[in-house]
Amino acid sequence: MTELPLIGEAPGDASGASRLTGARIGVVTFPGTLDDRDAARAVRLAGGTAVELWHADTELGDVDAVVIPGGFSYGDYLRAGAIARFAPLMSRIIDAANSDAKLPVLGICNGFQILTESHLLPGSMIKNDHLKFMCRDQVLRVENSNTAWTLDYEAGQEITIPLKNQDGQYIADDKTLDALEAEGRVVFRYVGFNPNGSRRDIAGISNAAGNVVGLMPHPEHAVEVGFGPETVVSRETGIAGSGTDGLGFFTSVLNKIVGGAK
Amino acid sequence: MTTETTKKFNIDTVENAAKTPDVELPWAELGLKQNEFDEVVKVLGRRPTGAELAMYSVMWSEHCSYKSSKNHLRQFGQKVTEEMKKDMLVGIGENAGVTNLGDGWAVTFKIESHNSPSFVEPYQGAATGIGGIVRDIISMGARPVAVMDPLRFGAIDHPDTARVMHGAVAGIGGYGNSLGLPNIGGEMVFDSVYQGNPLVNALAVGVMRHEDIRLANASGKGNKVVLFGARTGGDGIGGASVLASESFDDTKPSKRPAVQVGDPFAEKVLIECCLELFKGSLVEGIQDLGAAGISCATSELASNGDGGMQVELTSVLLRDPTLTPGEILMSESQERMMAVVTPENVKAFEAVMDKWAVEYSWLGEVTDTGRLIITWEGEVIVDVDPRTVAHDGPVYDRPYARPEWQDSVQADTFTGSVQDAGRPAAPAELAKAVTELVASPNMCSKDWITNQYDRYVGGNTAMAFPDDAGVVRVDEETGLGVALATDANGRYTYLDPYHGAQLALAEAYRNVATSGAVPMAVSDCLNFGSPEDPDVMWQLAEAIRGLSDACMVLGIPVTGGNVSLYNQTGTTPIHPSPVVAVLGKLDDVARRTPSGWREDGQAIYLLGTTGAELDGSEWANMRGHLGGQPPKVDLEAERALGEILINASRDGMIDSAHDLSEGGLAAGLVESALRYGVGARIALQDVLDRDGVDLFTALFSESQGRAVVGVPRSEEVRFTDMCTARGFAHTRIGVVDAASGTLEINGVESLPLDALRQAHEGTLPKYFG
Repeated sequence: MTELPLIGEAPGDASGASRLTGARIGVVTFPGTLDDRDAARAVRLAGGTAVELWHADTELGDVDAVVIPGGFSYGDYLRAGAIARFAPLMSRIIDAANSDAKLPVLGICNGFQILTESHLLPGSMIKNDHLKFMCRDQVLRVENSNTAWTLDYEAGQEITIPLKNQDGQYIADDKTLDALEAEGRVVFRYVGFNPNGSRRDIAGISNAAGNVVGLMPHPEHAVEVGFGPETVVSRETGIAGSGTDGLGFFTSVLNKIVGGAK
Repeated sequence: MTTETTKKFNIDTVENAAKTPDVELPWAELGLKQNEFDEVVKVLGRRPTGAELAMYSVMWSEHCSYKSSKNHLRQFGQKVTEEMKKDMLVGIGENAGVTNLGDGWAVTFKIESHNSPSFVEPYQGAATGIGGIVRDIISMGARPVAVMDPLRFGAIDHPDTARVMHGAVAGIGGYGNSLGLPNIGGEMVFDSVYQGNPLVNALAVGVMRHEDIRLANASGKGNKVVLFGARTGGDGIGGASVLASESFDDTKPSKRPAVQVGDPFAEKVLIECCLELFKGSLVEGIQDLGAAGISCATSELASNGDGGMQVELTSVLLRDPTLTPGEILMSESQERMMAVVTPENVKAFEAVMDKWAVEYSWLGEVTDTGRLIITWEGEVIVDVDPRTVAHDGPVYDRPYARPEWQDSVQADTFTGSVQDAGRPAAPAELAKAVTELVASPNMCSKDWITNQYDRYVGGNTAMAFPDDAGVVRVDEETGLGVALATDANGRYTYLDPYHGAQLALAEAYRNVATSGAVPMAVSDCLNFGSPEDPDVMWQLAEAIRGLSDACMVLGIPVTGGNVSLYNQTGTTPIHPSPVVAVLGKLDDVARRTPSGWREDGQAIYLLGTTGAELDGSEWANMRGHLGGQPPKVDLEAERALGEILINASRDGMIDSAHDLSEGGLAAGLVESALRYGVGARIALQDVLDRDGVDLFTALFSESQGRAVVGVPRSEEVRFTDMCTARGFAHTRIGVVDAASGTLEINGVESLPLDALRQAHEGTLPKYFG
């Protein structure tokens, strides 16, 4: 993964790019993980250094943040994320996320499911209400721009990134949902169309400290012009965009790591 | 356990076979004909053992041996120029052909059928169709990068169509999505001829560096033979009831499911595990296990190698310990691979298996005897020349003749027929006709299907449905990539098999060129009825002749494919359906041309000329008519159009391009508008005057060699000069009108995009929920 060439230009000026390269973001691969190469590419396009992490590793090593990418770890057998949660590396990630250092952790899709199974995030995902796999360009509203992964967005900003899953319906009891709302931990909400029946249109949430974020849609698939959602006018939304709305996730955490201002 | 197992069986050894020549064998139930069984006896010089009979019966089946089509398929290898061979690194005969992409990159692709299993059990049938074709691609040493699925089902409103539709689409999604392979295109055709015999074809494409190309052969005496991946179970055994007679243990289950059951997670792990094996150069030869399972893998590896092979069958890891030797040899359990490994690499091989937690067992080794020997607890149950199993099967020259009904079908043209009564002419009628067309089962939006497939995974999808071709980036540094399209028109091929097959090729070629890619290679999946019916055999022979002739003219070789016969219900065959996939190359996928209009004020050009060609068209189909002659094929014109589209893309002269085929200009204009929700104002008077057709014909004719392109104002002169210089017909038919929200065609009532979209996208949800 790390041997793939850097593609595209990192945002900001040359000195800024080299500054970010020092930030190391681990990308975890489980058996059945699919979007690990994509997540690593997103880290590189944002200017950082992607580090391959293997589920069976017993040490986290020298990383400044971790992405748990999408896919079907262990085939989603038993329940999405239920087996991956017990990987040796997950124990290290849970410890680091809960430590004083508050390691930034992003769970995308299956990664989000793994984070809820790990109890780093509350609630759970069940099958989409329409019972089908759904792949579409999805509009989200960034509700909280103070988490480690959303600093480069404005609160209220609408972004378009791909959504693709079978088990994406976010559920939790009302008490948990009320608490999430009250504490500003609903980080992303579906706009215009709730694609899976998620409670209160929730697409992504964070932990109380804001270092752990999970969401069902895929920011790593919207980081490069020509390979993300429709680049001129979205078929679904009619909104023009660059197709790179997901890049901010990765620049946010990189800037936070190197101590840069927003 | 082994000893215990062997006790249960009356093992029919080679020694026993030689001693008991008169034992009755169930060759007929296993699908062999008398002459074929006699041939087996002649080849062996004795009766076959039960295990040998199992191997020959399945390897000499139509599916594995191509015995009815082989004589005709030869043309694909014969009608090839040196120029066409230039970029072919591996040709027909291997798991999949390999084409040189330049810069040290190679691409391999292949299309296959999984028709019958998908009718019996749509979910698993379609899922394992993906699994099988993907393993073919891995076997070549490639990383699979995308899949496509051409589907042909029965009438949209037939109750059984929903069963097949829901199952097959969910199966393709469930399996393909779990593999991390973007699904970038395909087809969806509804026609009652496929009611009892749907077509589920699957295409996979993979890429590799030249040095990573692997072939299926077992060479080097002393090299080890290993089976890895999923365990072998009782699924996918066709002749189970017969084989059960091999056992005298009547407590074992006698009925095995004949459809394989897929485990996409196992396949995904197998892909990564194989790529790691290739990276470390840990395998000498590799073969996937598909149809005919271990029978096929051992005989093909040994036959392609330079020696022989010895294998101990009790070493095979089983899901079900009661399987007989014959069942183990025939099982089509999915997600299995067989490889040949040098003794030095055994440890490293095992380390990779352990890392990915993949089960494996060492079965035997490569020998220099020229024989394939399979033992059961050391006793020889198979002793054959592997070539006689894998390659020297029977070949038939099936009789064929032009059907008596062909002339009357061709004489029955649409124009002036009963079904043509009340042809739309007034502006309101034409608007209604356009809307009806784009909402019809075959022309409606396929979003309901394609939104169930992951098109993003991998991060290299530069274009996918509903654009004309799927485009995938291969090299992230240079932007080098490939484009793929599949096409077939069963109605055209029914009217004229020779030209129908050429039309399928022409359309796939045009689709690839429309995306801006240079067409390079062809893979075909020939879906036909029974070869024992001379009418069908003629259709097959004509289609192959037409396709191979057309490949010569277009200068692109067939690198692989598949033949699927006996697609019929009772004595009624499906429409002959040669599905043709064309692969093209883009030096930089950033230059790809999407199908929709975007920029306000751009000029819209129609390339090519329009004749009165409504026979076999979607319009005629909607009116229930099928007869006459399909549209004319002009391959030189296709080539000229392709060059214009490719050059225009390379030099930035066009911003959009959409090929015209089924549904004609009407469908092309609506699709170009709906792609990005951008309208246009169109006037066709110049076309009508030049081509001598009326407005209805201009909109609904399916004349070939045409495309609609969007040209930036700044490029108009350069673009038209190029067309003029090449003597290719081009007419400015309108202008993009982004703000209007309508498609305005002179002589047709205004078509609001919202209403068009509702009609276009509403059809599949209406029938399938």
